[in-house]
Amino acid sequence: MNSATPFSPETSRPSRESEAHRRLRALLEQGLPLTPRPWQALAEQTGLCEQEVMASVRRWQAEGMIKRLGLVVRHRRLGLQANAMVVWDVPDDEVTPLGRRLARETAVTLCYRRPRRLPDWPYNLFCMIHGARRERVLLELAAIIERLDLAALEHRVLFSTHAYRQCGGRYVREGAA
Amino acid sequence: MTLDDLDGNDRRLLNRLQDGLPLVARPYAAVAEELGIAEGDLLYRLERLREGGVLSRFGPMYHAERLGGGLTLAALAVPEADFDRVTEVVNAFPEVAHNYRREHELNMWFVLATETPERIAETIAGIEAATGLPVYNMPKEEEFHVRLHLPV
Repeated sequence: MNSATPFSPETSRPSRESEAHRRLRALLEQGLPLTPRPWQALAEQTGLCEQEVMASVRRWQAEGMIKRLGLVVRHRRLGLQANAMVVWDVPDDEVTPLGRRLARETAVTLCYRRPRRLPDWPYNLFCMIHGARRERVLLELAAIIERLDLAALEHRVLFSTHAYRQCGGRYVREGAA
Repeated sequence: MTLDDLDGNDRRLLNRLQDGLPLVARPYAAVAEELGIAEGDLLYRLERLREGGVLSRFGPMYHAERLGGGLTLAALAVPEADFDRVTEVVNAFPEVAHNYRREHELNMWFVLATETPERIAETIAGIEAATGLPVYNMPKEEEFHVRLHLPV
């Protein structure tokens, strides 16, 4: 560890606790250990105790820095190739209630309100629908339109044809197969 | 590994974990009990899903904005003949997290993630200068929370 420079808070030696918490955050970014007591495993790597690790995570959750402990599924890896962004032009005062109803549909995997960019882009409600094939996604969408009585709303379906992802300065093309 | 390789318990597990893991000393045991499977079985399944590339991340989901960063969705209308060049130019920006080609006049859609909110505008200006195209910036204004169910 570097020795402290007395007058610079940037480089001063952090307390044992804050250093341990920084390490905990870095470890958590790599994911939660798949062992029966994951917090204990993190405690052993950071010099904290299991209770302290859990308390830190609880605090970070309360502060909103961590949204939740969960997982991210790679839809394309599962063969859910058809990834449709469905966008709607909704009267401003109806966006929130409609967004909530769309988010309850099981086929909808993300749902956000975003600004219109007139005149080219009149759509202000965005949702994602994933499926194995386009026809399946379009059937799901038709069912949602029917169920939620949305036929009068203008919408567009933007299927993705390629996903380009950045990867350490190189570009990996996913889902082209 | 594809959907066909997942059995009913794998699917239930994935759906259940998308709701989040309880913050208890033995979180996997707690979820295993809910699903009626053994803790060791659950851990083995997670390991396999991770190795199969189905899970890209397992653990805390960070909130970029609350961490002090900026996040937005942006789009470009790229002339077809220029698409490959513009893709390279845009992806060369380290702030570009994902980039999808979509079927619309706005045919390139990418997520920008920056260390500070101010960097979003700077990055957009940089992309406009480098591509010669106007960027449509569409940051999220409200999020509607979904339960991520795997279609069967």
